[in-house]
Amino acid sequence: MPSNEERWLDADAGPVVRPYALTQGRTRHTGASFDLIATVMATHTFADPGSLAPEHISVLQLARVPTTVADIASDVDLPLGVVRIILADLRELGLVVISTPVVMAERIDKYTLREVLNGLRGL
Amino acid sequence: MDYGVSDPAGGNRQYRAIKILLAGGFGVGKTTLVGAVSEIRPLRTEEPLTEGSLRADSTAGVEGKTTTTVAMDFGRISLRSDLVLYLFGTPGQQRFWFMWDELAIGALGAVVLADTRRLSDSFPAIDYFERRQIPFIVALNCFDGARLYDTEDVRLALDLEPDQPVVLCDARSRDSAKEVLITLVEHVLVTASEEPLSGIA
Repeated sequence: MPSNEERWLDADAGPVVRPYALTQGRTRHTGASFDLIATVMATHTFADPGSLAPEHISVLQLARVPTTVADIASDVDLPLGVVRIILADLRELGLVVISTPVVMAERIDKYTLREVLNGLRGL
Repeated sequence: MDYGVSDPAGGNRQYRAIKILLAGGFGVGKTTLVGAVSEIRPLRTEEPLTEGSLRADSTAGVEGKTTTTVAMDFGRISLRSDLVLYLFGTPGQQRFWFMWDELAIGALGAVVLADTRRLSDSFPAIDYFERRQIPFIVALNCFDGARLYDTEDVRLALDLEPDQPVVLCDARSRDSAKEVLITLVEHVLVTASEEPLSGIA
């Protein structure tokens, strides 16, 4: 019998719902892969809230303004892998658009680099 | 609820997210530097429990037993509403290296944060970025009590090219952290000007 010190209680014991239970056990998402900072945005297509899991609705709400995969994962406090699966589900339903960051295709262009530089100097 | 963006595709094109990597040995001050210059955001991700064979291609159904959740964080700097910098501290320990490749794709460049008392801790990161031709700079975190080294001595010790920026910094200072990032972007601009039309690394 472990002593009290050794027992994991409350938040330390981990979530009551195991993360991948939210994805029906799926650990790979559907469709094309997307980066940690791929931009996500809701398409304004009507979604029946009754047809979506609460986590899917939370993610969809966060995507009403352009945001990234990393930001969403941080906001909903779910593992990245789970968030990717939820996002891919929403994409399949046509509820979000996930776009590769502009800078992914090639090296970042000089125009953008100068914008970043000016932005940093102005901080 | 329109938020001023009626065309999703157009909206996505306008929002630009840019990655900068921050590498270096364990305890070198990566999180301190990220916190000094940006809003720190927590992120949970998955780490394979075993190395080697159990990689991304493992069979369906067993992945659940091969990964565990690990915490990491990233920094977010809004330069403008549509231009945001993301700072990812690449985990220092060898067992997290599987994450580097994803983090490195499309990154603007990298900062290797080094401690002069443990310079060799930064070798793996430097090797990594050199091999992949990812532009980087070396920032020496000047810890209290650490002897101040000449940056040229450090360049020699790390066997860096003459045009490779090496700067001193105080990871706790916002201005210093900002200066480090500015040095990196300037270096990337110079590198971009020199390269005619380089292929993909």
